[in-house]
Amino acid sequence: MLSSPFITRTLSVDRIMLRVLYALLPGIALYVWYFGPAILVSIALAVTAALATEALMLKLRDRPLRPFLSDYSALLTGVLIALSIPPLAPWWLPVVGTAFAIAVAKHLYGGLGSNPFNPAMIGYAVLIISFPHEMTHWLSPQDMGHSALSLGQQLHYIFTSTLPAGMQLDALTMSTPLDTLKTQLHLGMTVSDIRDLPIYGRLAGKGSEMVAAGFALGGIYLLIARIIPWQLPLAFLGTLFALSGVFNLIDPAHYAPPLFHWFSGAAMIGAFFILTDPITSPTTAKGRILFGMGAGLLTFLIRAYGGFPDGVAFATILMNMCVPLIDAWTQPKVFGKKGSKR
Amino acid sequence: MIKLRSFHGGVHPPTHKKESTQSPIMAAPLPAQLIIPFRQHAGEAAKPVVQVGERVLKGQLIGEPVGPISSSVHAPTSGTITAIELQQIAHPSALPDLCATLVSDGLEEWGVRQTLSYRQLSSDELQKHLRRCGIVGLGGAVFPSDMKLRHPTVVNTLVINGAECEPYITCDDMLMRERAEGIVRGIEILRHALGTDAVLIGIEDNKPQAITAMQRAVDESSHPFKVVAVPTLYPGGSAKHLIKVLTGVEVPSGKLPTDVGVQCYNVATAYAAHRAVEHGEPLVSRIVTVTGNVEQPRNYEALIGTPFSELVELSVAKADTNRYIMGGPMMGVELPAVNVPLVKASNCVIAASDVLFPPPPPAMPCIRCTRCAQACPVELQPQELYWFAKSHNFGKAQEYDLFDCIECGACAYVCPSSIPLVQYYRYAKSEIRARDHEKRAADLARERHEFRQFRIEREKQEKAERLAQKERAAAEAKAKAAATATVIATPVDPSADTDDTQQMRIDAALARAKEQAATTPPKNTETLSPAQRAEIEAIEERRAHIHELAADAGADDEPPKHSQGN
Ligand code: SF4
Ligand code: SF4
Repeated sequence: MLSSPFITRTLSVDRIMLRVLYALLPGIALYVWYFGPAILVSIALAVTAALATEALMLKLRDRPLRPFLSDYSALLTGVLIALSIPPLAPWWLPVVGTAFAIAVAKHLYGGLGSNPFNPAMIGYAVLIISFPHEMTHWLSPQDMGHSALSLGQQLHYIFTSTLPAGMQLDALTMSTPLDTLKTQLHLGMTVSDIRDLPIYGRLAGKGSEMVAAGFALGGIYLLIARIIPWQLPLAFLGTLFALSGVFNLIDPAHYAPPLFHWFSGAAMIGAFFILTDPITSPTTAKGRILFGMGAGLLTFLIRAYGGFPDGVAFATILMNMCVPLIDAWTQPKVFGKKGSKR
Repeated sequence: MIKLRSFHGGVHPPTHKKESTQSPIMAAPLPAQLIIPFRQHAGEAAKPVVQVGERVLKGQLIGEPVGPISSSVHAPTSGTITAIELQQIAHPSALPDLCATLVSDGLEEWGVRQTLSYRQLSSDELQKHLRRCGIVGLGGAVFPSDMKLRHPTVVNTLVINGAECEPYITCDDMLMRERAEGIVRGIEILRHALGTDAVLIGIEDNKPQAITAMQRAVDESSHPFKVVAVPTLYPGGSAKHLIKVLTGVEVPSGKLPTDVGVQCYNVATAYAAHRAVEHGEPLVSRIVTVTGNVEQPRNYEALIGTPFSELVELSVAKADTNRYIMGGPMMGVELPAVNVPLVKASNCVIAASDVLFPPPPPAMPCIRCTRCAQACPVELQPQELYWFAKSHNFGKAQEYDLFDCIECGACAYVCPSSIPLVQYYRYAKSEIRARDHEKRAADLARERHEFRQFRIEREKQEKAERLAQKERAAAEAKAKAAATATVIATPVDPSADTDDTQQMRIDAALARAKEQAATTPPKNTETLSPAQRAEIEAIEERRAHIHELAADAGADDEPPKHSQGN
């Protein structure tokens, strides 16, 4: 016998995930526009690996395939990993990263809903630690005239790691704007000199700043559609802005301005698509603010002083660890208990 | 204009109220046979005061209240009592309860109807009259109305609940549209008995006709009552939430509205009070919505004890109807059978089919999206409660205020993973209640056992002492005799000897007790095989189910803290 309630509203998990995927589309479109279609190949590889690993793990764990494969959560993990690694990378890079994310970070921790760490960020972290070389060759934007490779040549490179005769990988690719900033600062240049380099655009990296704006656009849609809570992106971006702003005011030669931070690296995709993963973020409003602020602080610290060019992934993972604590600390008072101590 | 507040959360399920408000309230025809349960109210069941074979008149008392929280039960029509026995009632447990069967004689012959002029009456006298007339909260919680007039604190605001927030239900709406004058008179009676000044009548703004009718009736009565349109938001009709919206006061958890100077009655209860006082009619009928998968959804005025099947027949249930729900789709219960009788709590019966209420898709894991927490009107964290209930971490569940959950279903309504959250909460609550019960029983048993041990020990000691005394006396006598015989005899120290024997006896007793304790094996579940553990779990589950049924059956014993404003 069923019991009440007998009716439900039908915004199911798969529909939520689907909307998140839709929200990634503007960013992906701009990615293709500026960097060519290689990213689509990466996404296809990562998604295939994600679904295959998900199916395999479900089978091993003796779980039904249909409901879990069709909830789009594995698919989303795949897309996010593809978006955080260089598109012109050997085929096994997205495949290994995604397989690790799904098999270890998701399923070994109990599957959907039970994983404490954001699988995509674990996948990314594993790759950047294990394959730092492959992870730093990013395509240059097409309008810089360096993308001399046709799609066929790119595919050829992705699957065989060989370039057409006479071409050098270094000539085709570049390190990320954040990476360049860090290296050049070490070499004694000032921020303003560095930003005159051809790879930089108006706010941050040429091309990549627009991709970040595309992700922000999708993120705003998610906020309006109430798919994600506002506290996380706001606290994260606010903290990042405030910290970088203060340091930039004090020492503009060595600290990049806030908007540079916002539109570089994974800040935007992180704010709207990664930190907001409900499974690995706090459940209370106050907790979300703390979590976002913590991630903002760590991202800034890693970017400014850490060993890696970008800090979003590690900031996310570190903050993921604090979630149970944050949740326990920030439990709200229930109806009729406002005046009392918990 | 009064300033309205809001409460956290709430949901907007489709209301489906239009269907059953197209035609006026219709008097249901007199059934040939009525089944009248003796427990139709919160508290003790009424005690039968009629004999099988006895002829009764309409409105005659057939069950009298037992104890302070109880109410009266009356014959809904004239006829003959043919049986007093256990019968199936409108309770999901399908457990039978004591009912009278009344075969009507078709005469509808009223017994004595004692009308009163309430202005001359004290609150006390009115309470007695309401109790005698079996008036209970008709919003669903059926708490005895006289009890709610008895309060130690000053009550300065009377809130009248006409919110009717549950989808499908329209009995209060139609009552307000058609009988606003009677409701207003009833409100004045309750206000008089409570001695309050302010009266706020809260009606959700999706019932404009009811609001107009009530406003007109208030204007004509020239009582200074305020009719207030409140925003339509489920569960805005929960008494505590309506009070919050209308007065801004949040009734503290575990407290009653009267503790903050407010009392709350449902519109239908006010109407019943009016009928009882000014017409001398006990509560023998009520308005009930019959809707859902039927050809002619509408409201009926039906006698208490009318089998639901007769009402459903009047409205013509469609062919694919496969179950019936008493109450609304958010908080209602599935009827164990359609021929169970209408009771005072029955505000609505919904014919349901798999098309109307499709079975939910299989539950997915919780993704911690907190849509449930955003919907919860009590500001709970349903996802945490779910986690604790699922992992049998009941202590934590209580710490996270499980017992403040009003089981409104808003959380389950929005859950994207289709988790039957409320079921988990009901299960956890009943399990905690059962464990408390067991613990009390175990404590009692332990205390008894300890006392018994203590008594046995004491008796033994006393015996030993008596023995020692005897020995001492004997020794003394011997010593005396010896002393008189030979002056040089060395007297033994008798007390040392007896102390020793006594100590030895106590030691022996203690050793026995220890031995006994050691032979009671500890419940060692760690060493069991998985299969054995699974078996134990299965047994526990069965036991839990029984507990649940038992707890459900007993749940009515507690005064409901969060009623739909009865
Ligand atoms: S709505 Fe459902 S899935 Fe979302 S947090 Fe609540 S229980 Fe979990
Ligand atoms: S059923 Fe309980 S937990 Fe769920 S929304 Fe209602 S009060 Fe909150």
